[in-house]
Amino acid sequence: MRYLPLNQNDRAQMLDIVGVDNIDALFEDVPKSARLKKLIDLPLHQSEAAVERHMSRLSAKSVSASSVPFFCGAGAYKHHIPATVDHLIQRSEFLTAYTPYQPEISQGTLQTLFEFQTQVALLTGMDVANASMYDGSTACAEAVVMAKRVTRKSKAILAPGLHPHYAAATQTLASTLDIQINEVMPEIGADHSVINMITDETACVVVQSPNVFGEIVDLAPIAEKAHSHKALLIAVFTEPVALGLIKSPGEQGADIVVGEGQGIGVGLNFGGPHVGLFACRQKLVRQMPGRVCGETVDANGERGYVLTLSTREQHIRREKATSNICTNSGLCCLAFTIHMSLLGDAGLQQMARLNHENAVHLADVIDGIKGTEVLNETFFNEFTVRLKKPAAEVVQALADKNILGGVPFSRISGGEHEDLLLVCATEVVSDEDIHAFGHALEEVLS
Amino acid sequence: MKTEGRPTSPVAANMNDVKTVSGSKALEQATKLIFETGTPRRTGIDFPKPKGRASRLGANNERKGEIGLPGLSEPETMRHYVRLSQKNYAIDLGVYPLGSCTMKHNPRLNEKVARMLGFADVHPLQPISTVQGALELMYELSDWICKLTGMPAVALTPKAGAHGELCGMMAIRARLDADGQSQRRRVLVPESAHGTNPATAVQCGFTVDEIPASGDGRVNIESLKEKIKSDPDSVAGIMLTNPNTCGLFERDIIEIADLIHAAGGYFYCDGANFNALVGRVRPGDLGVDAMHLNLHKTFSTPHGGGGPGSGPTVLSDALKDHAPVPYVVKTGEGYELVEHKDEVSFGRMCAFHGQMGMYSRALTYMMSHGSDGLKQATEDAVLNANYVQASLSDVMSPAFGGVCMHEALFDDSFLKDTGVDTLDFAKAMIDEGYHPMTMYFPLVVHGAMLIEPTESESKGELDRFIGSMRHLAERATSGDVESFKQAPIYAPMRRLDETQAARKPVLRWTPPSETAEAAE
Repeated sequence: MRYLPLNQNDRAQMLDIVGVDNIDALFEDVPKSARLKKLIDLPLHQSEAAVERHMSRLSAKSVSASSVPFFCGAGAYKHHIPATVDHLIQRSEFLTAYTPYQPEISQGTLQTLFEFQTQVALLTGMDVANASMYDGSTACAEAVVMAKRVTRKSKAILAPGLHPHYAAATQTLASTLDIQINEVMPEIGADHSVINMITDETACVVVQSPNVFGEIVDLAPIAEKAHSHKALLIAVFTEPVALGLIKSPGEQGADIVVGEGQGIGVGLNFGGPHVGLFACRQKLVRQMPGRVCGETVDANGERGYVLTLSTREQHIRREKATSNICTNSGLCCLAFTIHMSLLGDAGLQQMARLNHENAVHLADVIDGIKGTEVLNETFFNEFTVRLKKPAAEVVQALADKNILGGVPFSRISGGEHEDLLLVCATEVVSDEDIHAFGHALEEVLS
Repeated sequence: MKTEGRPTSPVAANMNDVKTVSGSKALEQATKLIFETGTPRRTGIDFPKPKGRASRLGANNERKGEIGLPGLSEPETMRHYVRLSQKNYAIDLGVYPLGSCTMKHNPRLNEKVARMLGFADVHPLQPISTVQGALELMYELSDWICKLTGMPAVALTPKAGAHGELCGMMAIRARLDADGQSQRRRVLVPESAHGTNPATAVQCGFTVDEIPASGDGRVNIESLKEKIKSDPDSVAGIMLTNPNTCGLFERDIIEIADLIHAAGGYFYCDGANFNALVGRVRPGDLGVDAMHLNLHKTFSTPHGGGGPGSGPTVLSDALKDHAPVPYVVKTGEGYELVEHKDEVSFGRMCAFHGQMGMYSRALTYMMSHGSDGLKQATEDAVLNANYVQASLSDVMSPAFGGVCMHEALFDDSFLKDTGVDTLDFAKAMIDEGYHPMTMYFPLVVHGAMLIEPTESESKGELDRFIGSMRHLAERATSGDVESFKQAPIYAPMRRLDETQAARKPVLRWTPPSETAEAAE
């Protein structure tokens, strides 16, 4: 077995030193009735070549995003990731290190976390950020729970443009913590309806921009109303690249900003791992969930970094912790940081501009097709189209023509708005792809 | 070779205090933050020029001014992060004996497979007909997990171990509520438990009732009986790690499960230490109702400096209908995803289908080992831990007598009156070239040192490790306190001031001008 260094000779010598006759003696505490007497009925070990062959065949049964004209978004985005990123995150020292509990020999991970936190704070326009969460939806759920801790109020308002999966993940976590959440019906262009729902009992209002329909939402009036009732505005995004071009949530008065960071540095991965971003105002930092890295000095007075504020965390506070989380999205936030370091302001803004231009081009093409209507007033790189046929049928018909033509809204809503299609165009989409999509859509709808 | 005027042998000197102008120490390069080296106007990526299409962002929505994100060229980026990487310890460098964390070898085939386009480059919301390979992989992984654990069902989506705990406890809560047992909100948790257990219970709206440990490091069963008896109708369940955090198998585990079930509660088993059982014991045969697996521990997906993890959670017949969405089902034609919750499911835990990138790695690991190799890995992990314990028991102090499972627990009694404490001992290990073991955990043992060598270490490597540990123990007991207090001396940094970091948190870089303003 190629992964196991011990041989029979070693094992015999070691058992001897332990002072037992055989390996079974080390399992003597296992109740007799639970001791397995034979091998579990699964295949035996295989060579690297054999496993690789099996996996290659499985892989070939799916259609990869880069092999076809591709227009899916709705929370996960196909961008080009520079080769440097994947090379660096596979360095042994990053890949095979644990959480940086021993800062003297973990400065590599810690400094990148500090850089990551700074990048996220700058991008979102907030004071501070944590060292990442599992994904955007869990970050959103944790933010709602945090708002209850901060405000000591328990009503949360979710806006109708919040991604339904984010709403569902938040509902799940909130359901056991006596947080009351409004019934959310997804609706385009209706996010400002939350303004009239805010009362003194509101702990937080959760608004996504660009929202799930792709519409960009002016957060400032919502923030103003929320603050006048001592409620927090939690701003959500699913596409970090958008923040290269649109106003940051911090600028518009958000108190907590959460989102999905996958669009920078992390591949689609069929939905995970991705990387949740979490940022907030300085005064809320001690209520923030998740790992945080901070600056300090060593015994020689040299600047260095450590995990800090651990008195919020489960391994110290146990049942009084702010969250049960002990994992971040380590390697994915490293990938985010490296990609963002390559981009810089200049690159991010160019990338964002290309995304927007491709989406505008796509919208123009779709608008020219009979039986379609682009519903958005504003958008970044994705928007909503009303079709004269159920979107799921259209998408399947497009897939049969080898085009991955967006996400039917009913797929994420569980049935609502079956005539709506979400389409997205990033910088990887070519003019040829857009025209191929236009022709195919015309055929499918005719 | 001309050697005149060119000495060929080194001259020894004690130059520890000499500082270089650059701040570098030979191979170890001083590395500033990107914010101090890059500029927002620089980028390391070439894009085509925008075509100047009219914006549809909305007049008021456009960002004005700089974000302040520095950019670096590609060579600068490469050098920056390679230099940083060299300040990290890693499994690929040496023994990483963090107890309870299972730092085993991460096979590179796993990495190759995870990057195959049919897994890495598929969108979670593509039409189901275009992702059959990805779904088949998830289905296959579920089959392996169910067979290895002897459980009827698994929820794959939890994104990490603690997320799996939430999944299991929410399923328990959903079942209790469905049965009209909503008054059951008390969860019994042994005091040796991982901190995540009580934190999870509270996050699911339960209260925590702590059970003390017995003298042999296991659950005190008499105390457990009393806790149950005091108010059986309030018992929601127990959260128990097995093998427990002392590295010991809970001998009475079946009786504990029976007691909990008889009281009307459910048994959550923390599966963080499942790597000590794979192929030899199935949790399904122990009365477990829910248990998460850490794919990043037992099944070798990389820890990556803190994540991403993956925490698939197996569920018993009593709980499986309450599993979260989405999940994969097999139909006549292929595989389908159930993505929306019915009346019974407790809901959705994350945006998509969990950690595909970890599923592909874990299944690759499982298939590479096979049924026989997984069992052998378990046995080697347990043997290695016992070998370390036996080889150190005369110079250090094992916390409990007898054999251990996959990790060996020591207390600090061998350091009594030496002036050296567990932290000092750990830091001295760094200078010896090792990552320290888990320390001060579990809490039931004074100055705990929890060593988990895993099956990935050869006997030769373990012998060197044991040699270093014996040497340190002997040095500590011979009165050499000062060198322990100074340690580490050879690491990229000396001990860091964690108190200052927490008292005045500096969690991000700010431009020097703003820092000056803030100080005024």
